[in-house]
Amino acid sequence: MSQPVLDFVPIWTLILGVGVFLYVLLDGFDLGVGILYGFAPDRDSRNLVMNSIAPIWDGNETWLVLGGIALMAAFPLAFAIIIPAVYFPVLIMLLALIFRGVAFEFRYRDAEHRTFWDRAFNYGSILGAFAQGVVLGAFIQGFETEGRHFAGGSFDCFTPFSFLTGAALVFGYSLLGAGWLILKTEGTLQDWARTLGRLSLGGVLIGIAAVSLWTPFLKAEIWERWFSWPHIAILAPVPVITALIAYWEWRSLNNRSEAAPFIAAVCLFAMSYLGIAISLWPMIVPYKFTLWEAASSEATQAFLLVGTLFLLPIILMYTGWSYWVFRGKVRGDLGYH
Amino acid sequence: MSLDPVVLSRLQFAWVIAFHFLLPAFTVGLASFIAVLEGLHLATGREIYFRISTFWIKIFAVSFGMGVVSGIVMPFQIGTNWSRFSDAAADVISPLLAYEGLTAFFLEAAFLGVLLFGRNLVPRWAHFVAALMVALGTLFSTFWILATNSWMQTPAGYEIVNGRFLPKDWLQVIFNPSFPYRLAHTVDAVYITTGFVVIGVAASYLRSGRFVDEARTMLSMTLWLLTVLVPLQFFLGDAHGLNTLEHQPAKLAAIEAIWDTHSRVALNLFAIPDEKAETNRYELAIPDLGSLILTHDPNGTVRGLKDWPADERPSPVIVPFFGFRIMVGIALVMLGVVVASLWLRSRGELFDARWFLWLCTLASPLGFVAVLAGWATTEVGRQPWTVYGLLRTADSVSPSLTGFDVAVSFAGYCIVYLVMFSAGFALMVRLIRLGPAEAAIEPDAIESGRPQHPVQALPSTGAGGRP
Repeated sequence: MSQPVLDFVPIWTLILGVGVFLYVLLDGFDLGVGILYGFAPDRDSRNLVMNSIAPIWDGNETWLVLGGIALMAAFPLAFAIIIPAVYFPVLIMLLALIFRGVAFEFRYRDAEHRTFWDRAFNYGSILGAFAQGVVLGAFIQGFETEGRHFAGGSFDCFTPFSFLTGAALVFGYSLLGAGWLILKTEGTLQDWARTLGRLSLGGVLIGIAAVSLWTPFLKAEIWERWFSWPHIAILAPVPVITALIAYWEWRSLNNRSEAAPFIAAVCLFAMSYLGIAISLWPMIVPYKFTLWEAASSEATQAFLLVGTLFLLPIILMYTGWSYWVFRGKVRGDLGYH
Repeated sequence: MSLDPVVLSRLQFAWVIAFHFLLPAFTVGLASFIAVLEGLHLATGREIYFRISTFWIKIFAVSFGMGVVSGIVMPFQIGTNWSRFSDAAADVISPLLAYEGLTAFFLEAAFLGVLLFGRNLVPRWAHFVAALMVALGTLFSTFWILATNSWMQTPAGYEIVNGRFLPKDWLQVIFNPSFPYRLAHTVDAVYITTGFVVIGVAASYLRSGRFVDEARTMLSMTLWLLTVLVPLQFFLGDAHGLNTLEHQPAKLAAIEAIWDTHSRVALNLFAIPDEKAETNRYELAIPDLGSLILTHDPNGTVRGLKDWPADERPSPVIVPFFGFRIMVGIALVMLGVVVASLWLRSRGELFDARWFLWLCTLASPLGFVAVLAGWATTEVGRQPWTVYGLLRTADSVSPSLTGFDVAVSFAGYCIVYLVMFSAGFALMVRLIRLGPAEAAIEPDAIESGRPQHPVQALPSTGAGGRP
């Protein structure tokens, strides 16, 4: 490739990184709400729980499409290797998201089969979250490649490690969901969300600890990165800060603060995300291709960048407005009820 | 028969996109219809527009939700099953898909929430703006996805470097030779499809004497629209056909099942193409009409399939051949409906002629059939290529996939789509049965206990039309 005049790779890395993180947070909390939905005590609370995300889940899931396509646009080689490599987790995720997505309308309109759609919403959310966690685990483990293609088998991504990351993400999303419900509900329903939040936090902490202990043994590259001098000194604050945030999350779940549980959960996700980024940088197909090697042509990156820089702020603005319209505690007389 | 990942991946893609396509075919038009109704309500203050709009918004909510979840599947299909196509073509087509997300999906999603749930939370004009933005989003989406599809049909503005397509001129990429024709033809088609659903629903209310005011308004305004759009479609379709003759002559030869190149081509009304023998069986044809329609000249020469080696011909020929005939046949029926409506209108019997109301009801799903038939025609007609003439479908599939993998995923999509689409269809039918008046009351279908609004006055029996 010729020497680029302008290097768009860092900015596309940033856009994709922020885009994926936004997806994880936004669809994370509404998938989490779906996971907790199965534990709601009665129909009234189920209605409220679902109404808390009914007007916004569609926009949240749009970030998944954008994340997939942005990966294809900015780093097509990574898209062409990773997506077929996680063939079955992607399939499971898509089918789960279908059931969960249509359940919003169908549950409300199809009273005879309400229990079926209740389960579809709940199991769909759990399976979707789990499948995304498996994708994450497979990503950290790396892929077998040959030339510009994935050369392994479609079942290679199912390993004990990817099942662990799958389970950890289910707990992570349910923690985010609990944080959201604490924000949007009051009274006994909020207390219920706090209880489930504490349980989720326990699962998250076990998950983070297990994944963190396991990861350096997966690849010599990661061991080297974490424990060689001076990396170890620079990276040491990461687990310390994570532990402090976990403590903050625990305290705010137990006192009466309404926003802190959600914010602390977001911070926990940010730290985990940062930890993965530090371990794998600058690889986009771990241990095989760097961001620069997998990048699309400059013409492609430039053409899309112009529009993205113009459109993203507008999108954030009107998405923010739609959140503003539905601000405050969720009520029974709006939406599906 | 051993499981072939290429064949199964094609079937799977056809399955998921055919079901997905049914929804935008309906929601693009419906979003515009709702925006018009909301605008009319805002401008005139007439309550009837509000009732009709509220009714269709409920149906829109069900179909749009299904469109979203079946749409999320699509970009992932390109990655999971067609990774070599992704690697080769991503530099050119992925920005178009990304622009679809940036300009359309977020717009639709953000304003859909306000459209569905925000009527009491925002000012009336803001609710209208939300309807307008959703409609605009669906049209932006149509623009970009058809630009992508058209580029695969008639690629332009690219160069090939090391087996990968790289962009050279974005305007040529987007406005590639078949794009303007395909866009106009498709947008008209989906508007017509929605229009026929609306008149079908309105006609069945009129037949049973329910919601007569709403039904008359819906029937009358929609038939005026169809009076413009259906004849227009013949011109757009003809122009698109000339474009195909110029840029994809092998597809055109398959559509007409023409094997030998010659002038004064006959128009095959019916035939069973036999690809092995390279000829047609049971042919029923009108002399010279083929050349006249295809080239606008009775002496015009049309290339036959034998001009291309067997492995560069669309296969099976029977799909574009019959797909095209089904589409055109339906268009003729639709034209008949429009002509009949004009004649009845001139006699002041539009709302009363029972045979016509039955015709409208029976014709209501025809748009979907025509859209799928047209889509099968153009997509199978593109074969054996994913990027026409340049990248073979067989060389586009993900190399890691086994036939077993794809068989499992295909089975999964089949089961889930059958459950979801039949449930969604049943719900929409139920909403239509409930009708505009009941639907507008925000029924507490699940939790009863709140006082119901007063039941609407009994539907008037009208001036006539009841037995």
